[in-house]
Amino acid sequence: MSNNTTPDRNLIALALTWLVVLLPAAWGVSQVVLKSAALFH
Amino acid sequence: MAFDFLDRSRSIAPANYDRWRVPPAALAIHLAIGQAYAFSVFNLPLSTLRGITTSAPDDWKLSTIGWIFSVAIAFLGISAFTFGRWLEAAGPRKAMFASACCFAGGFFVAALGVQAHAFWLVILGYGVIGGIGLGLGYISPVSTLIKWFPDHPGMATGLAIMGFGGGAMIGSPLAVALMEHFKSATDVGVAPAFMAMGALYFVFMMFGVFTVRLPAPGWTPAQPRDASGTRRAVLAPAPDVHVNSAIRTRPFWLLWVVLCLNVTAGIGVLGQASPMIQEMFPGVIGPAAAAGFVGLLSLANMTGRFFWSSLSDVIGRQRTYMIFFAAGAALYAGVPFTGRAGNVVLFVAFYVLIMTMYGGGFATIPAYLRDLFGTMHVGAIHGRLLTAWSVAGVAGPVLVNYIREYQLAHGVPKAEAYSVTMYLMAGLLLVGFAANWWVSPVDPKYQFKTGDTV
Repeated sequence: MSNNTTPDRNLIALALTWLVVLLPAAWGVSQVVLKSAALFH
Repeated sequence: MAFDFLDRSRSIAPANYDRWRVPPAALAIHLAIGQAYAFSVFNLPLSTLRGITTSAPDDWKLSTIGWIFSVAIAFLGISAFTFGRWLEAAGPRKAMFASACCFAGGFFVAALGVQAHAFWLVILGYGVIGGIGLGLGYISPVSTLIKWFPDHPGMATGLAIMGFGGGAMIGSPLAVALMEHFKSATDVGVAPAFMAMGALYFVFMMFGVFTVRLPAPGWTPAQPRDASGTRRAVLAPAPDVHVNSAIRTRPFWLLWVVLCLNVTAGIGVLGQASPMIQEMFPGVIGPAAAAGFVGLLSLANMTGRFFWSSLSDVIGRQRTYMIFFAAGAALYAGVPFTGRAGNVVLFVAFYVLIMTMYGGGFATIPAYLRDLFGTMHVGAIHGRLLTAWSVAGVAGPVLVNYIREYQLAHGVPKAEAYSVTMYLMAGLLLVGFAANWWVSPVDPKYQFKTGDTV
């Protein structure tokens, strides 16, 4: 059982750690993209 | 002891640890301290602390407030230089924790300074204490990732340093939203925004502190097999060079010049981007479009960090910098032409490319150091090299502002006032090209030998 779940737990940990930094980064990038749109109007 | 978990020995990863779990820890630190690039959003509110809607006679002047960012960048270089060796010895967890305490503590002290309207306290808080946090937090994640990705050192450093570029994109809208939330008829909301940002960034950086891991001594990544079935070789770093020996070598000082000139050329123009595009295209580009232009440059700065440093793993560091300097010089020299032709699209395209290379210059330098001086003291050597950034951070804006004011005072039209600056930047990049050309492997007499004192 544990042998089957370990890779999954690693994958979940990997996904969660990336989410913690990617979510605020994506929010920041979206703000800049919205602001940049004014350049092309 | 209560803080044992910060020890280097406690952050060694177990066998089979997935190395892709480490970059988020580095990114958490760099995304936080990269907020420094967005400090200018506080400038106007800080200049109306007493007057609220407009500057009162005893309010701080914008030119005075500009010193807060300059002092922070200066202390970034000073602390990276001073604590570089300690960071290597203490390990990333302790270094990141110290960085978080200084960076968040700097916000808290600066908030007190704003509340008491004591400018020296704001300088001490955000500039000195926060600046030390920037220096402590900048190096350690980079050197940690270099150790985890010996097969892709450029990509690894690009990943971390891309976070520093991206930090402004979070810091700027966050600061605006917090000031908006806290402001009232009698308060512009800067002090509570500082307190909230200090707390938020501390928590975010703690995520990096608790998740960072160092590879066990002797660890190497499993290499993918190529078409013939043989394992691809890891890009071998140069033999290790002690930090005290490294700064006595010619390649170190050539790289110092390379970084200094690359940053000088970019940073001066980055600070002037908004007025520059409006003055070069009067009646075409207004303040809102100019703000969009600045945002686009930030995106280019961030993406260039990852793209160019990753590419350097394939084409080599020296060739990458040759592209930066040759293409950068050509693009800077071509900018006045785009202005005279009234071609906004070409102007924006030129600057976007320039900014990708500006960011790429920051991100590729640690991998370049690793190629020349090995990994043993790469963080400490990187710390010494960052003094070039401090110098460029002062020289770049001064150069651009002084030349522009001199030209305007001598009757040059506003739209033309940037031409000389652009040609000067192109010239600086050609000097950088020559410096990079002369970089050669380190003389073996400087290499670290078994039995030498670490």
